[in-house]
Amino acid sequence: MKDKLVPSVIIISFLIIFLIFYKGLQETNIYTPKSEIKKDIPIFSGVKFDSKENVNSSEIFNSNKFYLLNIWASWCVPCRQEHSYLMRLSENNKVILIGLNYKDNFSNAQNFLTKLGNPYETILLDEDGTISIEWGAYGVPETFLIHKNKIVAKYIGPLNEELINEINSIIK
Amino acid sequence: MKILKTIIIILLLIPKISFADDQLERNKITKNLRCLICQGQSVYDSDSDFANSMKILVDKKLEEGLSENQIYDFFKDKYGEWILYDPGLNKNTYILWLLPILIFLLGGAIILKKLKFKN
Amino acid sequence: MIYSVVGYYALILGLISGLILIYFSVQNFRNSEILDTKILSLSFLQLFFVVISFFGLVLSFVVSDFSNETVFNNSHTTKPLFYKITGTWGNHEGSLLLWLLVLTLFIFIFLLRTNNQSIKYKTLTTIFQQIIIIGFFIFLLKTSNPFNYLFPIPEEGLGLNPILQDPALAIHPPVLYLGYVGSSIIFSSALAATTLKMVSGSWATHIKKWTLVSWIFLTLGILLGSIWAYYELGWGGFWFWDPVENVSLMPWLALTTLLHCILVLEKKSILTSWVIILSIATFTLSMCGTFLVRSGILNSVHTFANDPERGLFILIFLFVLIFISLFIFFFFHKEDQKNSINLFWLSKESAIILNNWFMMYFLSVVLIGTVYPIFLDVISSEKISVGPPFYHKLIIPFLIPFLIAMAIGPQLKWIKSNLESKKILIFLLFISILISYLIVKNFDKNLLVNTILISSAFYLFFITVRDFFTKKFKNISQNIAHFGFSLLILSILFNNLLSSEVITNLKIGESYENSKFKILLEDIKQRDEKNYSSVIANFKIISSDGKINKMSPELRIYNQPNIVTSEADIKTTLMKDKFIVINLVQNQEYFNVRYQDKPFMLWIWVSVLLLSMGGILSFLKREYER
Repeated sequence: MKDKLVPSVIIISFLIIFLIFYKGLQETNIYTPKSEIKKDIPIFSGVKFDSKENVNSSEIFNSNKFYLLNIWASWCVPCRQEHSYLMRLSENNKVILIGLNYKDNFSNAQNFLTKLGNPYETILLDEDGTISIEWGAYGVPETFLIHKNKIVAKYIGPLNEELINEINSIIK
Repeated sequence: MKILKTIIIILLLIPKISFADDQLERNKITKNLRCLICQGQSVYDSDSDFANSMKILVDKKLEEGLSENQIYDFFKDKYGEWILYDPGLNKNTYILWLLPILIFLLGGAIILKKLKFKN
Repeated sequence: MIYSVVGYYALILGLISGLILIYFSVQNFRNSEILDTKILSLSFLQLFFVVISFFGLVLSFVVSDFSNETVFNNSHTTKPLFYKITGTWGNHEGSLLLWLLVLTLFIFIFLLRTNNQSIKYKTLTTIFQQIIIIGFFIFLLKTSNPFNYLFPIPEEGLGLNPILQDPALAIHPPVLYLGYVGSSIIFSSALAATTLKMVSGSWATHIKKWTLVSWIFLTLGILLGSIWAYYELGWGGFWFWDPVENVSLMPWLALTTLLHCILVLEKKSILTSWVIILSIATFTLSMCGTFLVRSGILNSVHTFANDPERGLFILIFLFVLIFISLFIFFFFHKEDQKNSINLFWLSKESAIILNNWFMMYFLSVVLIGTVYPIFLDVISSEKISVGPPFYHKLIIPFLIPFLIAMAIGPQLKWIKSNLESKKILIFLLFISILISYLIVKNFDKNLLVNTILISSAFYLFFITVRDFFTKKFKNISQNIAHFGFSLLILSILFNNLLSSEVITNLKIGESYENSKFKILLEDIKQRDEKNYSSVIANFKIISSDGKINKMSPELRIYNQPNIVTSEADIKTTLMKDKFIVINLVQNQEYFNVRYQDKPFMLWIWVSVLLLSMGGILSFLKREYER
């Protein structure tokens, strides 16, 4: 009996390992950070884009409306693509758009807004990228939907028709 | 023999070397943080946008007086366990750390059984 | 276009020859006369076809034949010729063709050069090797064809990643594969020997050459990979415990252990199970590594292809091989009861068993560290990273007794040793500890751990040097290899202890200064090359003793593909390396500058060369004795 024990245990272990690797192949490899849903928004302070004055996050997210924080940059190609959706969204007075200008050159960013329109009520500068990290982002573009100082939804990558519809249904 | 004696005497006479490594702590922390947009580099090694922002943020947090572990907790909160290269000892990693040790002890036990200690 | 067509049909012919080879071997298993000449010729035919196919791909790259999908994906008309050629194996499909080349080459040479073994053994080895070879043929033809036809034919290719356009990287895959893939022959012959119940001292002598060849190339291949990472990747490191690196280290650990066990088996009939298991394990680890880095299941610096379909094929292939091996081992191998006498604790045999024990532990650390994140993710959907801190914490403490055992082991006699004439060993231990303490106490870092670690490395160092003088040419290969290893550990430790680095931002004309050196960014020049334009930063480094070095790191902007790489400037001297690299900072006028002072880098490379030299000497000694 003992003679058969070791081989059987080994063979069964390898079968289990095979199954685990097999399942591992099915999973996606791209890491998406833990869901930020229902988490508090970070407390931070930043510099305003146009007036260059300091402002605290509490002063910005101070009403009961929905806020959409959009991280963008003039050098970011997908940001161009999603911009028209943001312009449409800015006409909806149920949500206030806040822009976070990431590692950008001031005149380039200004040109971008002049050419494509400015959907943001307020724009903050994130010249060293640290404010984005406070939000748990790691690239551009990324968008956060906020309500009552909590993160309701997070979108990595440019917004599209489907995601805009989702946002619209949440903010109704 | 003589060579050894001279080596020892020389070593006794070497003065203490101090390291003006101003960024020692920050380097230690950033070596332990993964650069999330790179394929397998630490924040310390990487020069990507994300890594550079992380370095600035680590400096800021160090200036605010946070300890090494507090900084790790801060980033774990934002990005999850994946951002740390040192898999700490927690419920997810007990097996990770203990399995090799168990294997070592098991091997040792098997060998002890086979060795003779007397003639 | 003709080259790709020829290459494709050569592959099919190669597969057919393999099938014929197996059929023929099985049919005529008992008829030795036909087999002896026929399997050699068939094997040569198969090798011939694979060589033709390989050259078919090389030539397609050379003429930039973009009707071939692989060439289109990985090459560009403006690439220098040398890199067009080496680009053949710098991609998934081409590297698999390299796999086939080494697999078929090794079985052919095995059949050619094995004269004093039974024909049944040679045939059985061929059958097992063909199972592997045919598996790879099918894998290539079905999922990774290097000869896919593209229509309409593109004008230009997508280019090869410029980081891969480097001389060290060009020869790294072939050298590595000769070791990595070459271990297949050890696998096949061990399975054959087990089935025929001929695992013994004389078989060990026969297989030792192959183990040495595989080991030497694997060691050199890993060395080349590290040298490439150091000179090319721009972060001044040479080992990062990245999955791809670990995947080459694991077979190396198994192979080194196997080498030592074969040493014992040659002289006494023990450790046969170890030899068989390690022979199987080495190639299995190679296959497992191939699976891990090509299936997309792991995230790493240089994963080849992220294709789950390919991953599934390799996974199934790998486990088929594992189950075949398990079956053969358990069914055919019976531990020889009368030979399992107990070993005396102070003897060369037990020293080697101790070595096995520690090596298997190191192997398990690397293996578990590499695959655990996958297991955790599948079982609990939690994602964690396992990086350098894990490996360092688990390996370094165990290196200490390991190094001491490496020093003492060769001093012991077979069967039984006594402690009397060993005063010199204890004396040298004392000296090592003293010297290490005196060195380490000058630094602030980790006094106790570093002292003990450096002592044990010094101990091995002194013992091996002493052995040069007392034993002269007896066992010189082992001596050089162990000496090389001690030098490796010492170099790494001192490099770690004495390195310093500065990261700062500088504009043209600005400088950074501390108590040890001053870095001045003098000016920036621009230059245009064939397939990139470069920005060269000229630096002047003035060290505290007045010495001046000029260094010029570059930023290269490639047109195809559109990326920017950073080329470090490294000044290597006998005692230290100076390393400087620059990077652009988004939207700013200054550069990010990283300067490192790295002592003893050269010695790290030299010590690995010494290690492989030990293997080469052992191999030559065997050839000479024939």
